[in-house]
Amino acid sequence: MLTVAVEKRLGDFVLNATFDSVSGATALFGPSGAGKTSVINMIAGLLAPDRGRIVLDGEVLFDNATRINVPAWRRRIGCVFQEGRLFPHLSVRHNLDYGRWVSGRAAEPQAFAHVVDMLDIGNLLERRPGKLSGGERQRVAVGRALLTMPRLLLLDEPLASLDEARKSDILPYLERLRDEGSVPMIYVSHEAGEVKRIASRVVRLEAGRVTAAGGAELLA
Amino acid sequence: MFNLSPQDWTAIALSLRIALVATAVSLPFGIAIALLLARKEFWGKALIDAVVLLPLVLPPVVTGYLLLITLGRRAPVGAFLADHFGIVFAFRWTGAAISCGVMAFPLMVRAMRLSIEAIDRRLEDAASTLGANPFWNFATITLPLALPGVIAGAMLAFARALGEFGATITFVSNIPGETQTISAAIYTLTQVPGGDGAAMKLVVVAVIISLAALVASEWLARRATARLHGA
Repeated sequence: MLTVAVEKRLGDFVLNATFDSVSGATALFGPSGAGKTSVINMIAGLLAPDRGRIVLDGEVLFDNATRINVPAWRRRIGCVFQEGRLFPHLSVRHNLDYGRWVSGRAAEPQAFAHVVDMLDIGNLLERRPGKLSGGERQRVAVGRALLTMPRLLLLDEPLASLDEARKSDILPYLERLRDEGSVPMIYVSHEAGEVKRIASRVVRLEAGRVTAAGGAELLA
Repeated sequence: MFNLSPQDWTAIALSLRIALVATAVSLPFGIAIALLLARKEFWGKALIDAVVLLPLVLPPVVTGYLLLITLGRRAPVGAFLADHFGIVFAFRWTGAAISCGVMAFPLMVRAMRLSIEAIDRRLEDAASTLGANPFWNFATITLPLALPGVIAGAMLAFARALGEFGATITFVSNIPGETQTISAAIYTLTQVPGGDGAAMKLVVVAVIISLAALVASEWLARRATARLHGA
């Protein structure tokens, strides 16, 4: 369970968002410029709100009143960014293994094999990110985030940089991920069609404010 | 013309040793200062920036003289180091390494700073969401991505240290076998009648070493860049 109540002034733009997400996939839906990415960055710990509180599964991640701000690297929240952000100097295998490696956990060959299998990236392992297509890159990015064994997965417009054909290639993988139900997801998008396929719960964000929260009927 | 005298060899070996030590010792400081200037905003940053660049714009003799009045045997810092730790820089090759390092430092920091500033910080953000603490983030993302610039900076510093003359001769003089580098030896030879031939040999050596350093740095930087982009 994630509870978010944040306020942040970014230049002239004021973000003031309050919502919660129970389990499964929650969509953060709204036009570009609504502040979706800022909200995601605050949950991930990459951007500090001016005021507010973020609580995940009972653990306070941010609270300005008690001056708590857990750094991103301790939050165990996986992120998939729009541009993938794979590390260009590491092979796909080392990108996937990165989270485990920096946190000093022992190798988990089963988890690794499972994620590689689920995302169909077994044939890419020895390649460098520079040699991947956009769709392959996003699948690897999803796998990399999953292999950190996150408590929550944030997907920030993961399909936005892909063309239509690639999008429909990847959506089934995301659906599979959701159906496994092992990790709750926040799915950010401005595409109603995408959101419909992935998320059961929708939080609509417009001009920095949550204007509605509910089920898929909000997308109509 | 290539029968170099033992004195020539001494000067060459000394130059290489001084330049290598100057580069190696200043490398971690260079990276730290470059990182600080590229990433942090703090009060007095402009001052630190100016101080780092100072040796580039000051007359080398001035830099050498400033070193002499701080690190010389009777100077405050120099006397303290000599009395308490037995460390003496004045008229020693270690002093030459210091003056070369100081003179080369601005070039080193500049190259490294530019390459650190060019790094996509969003990659570091991604690394931290994957659980990398600031140290691992630096060691596994920032440093490898900045490597071409770090190599270029180190090589520039090495070349600069190799050619340093003014600050070194002012600070540690021109003592054969201790502080007489290739540059100082060439200068000495041009000051005596009939020294031109011997000076010419060292000039050729200096050109060869500098070219080799340049080629090596290009090759290394190219390799590092290729590695970054997945060759």
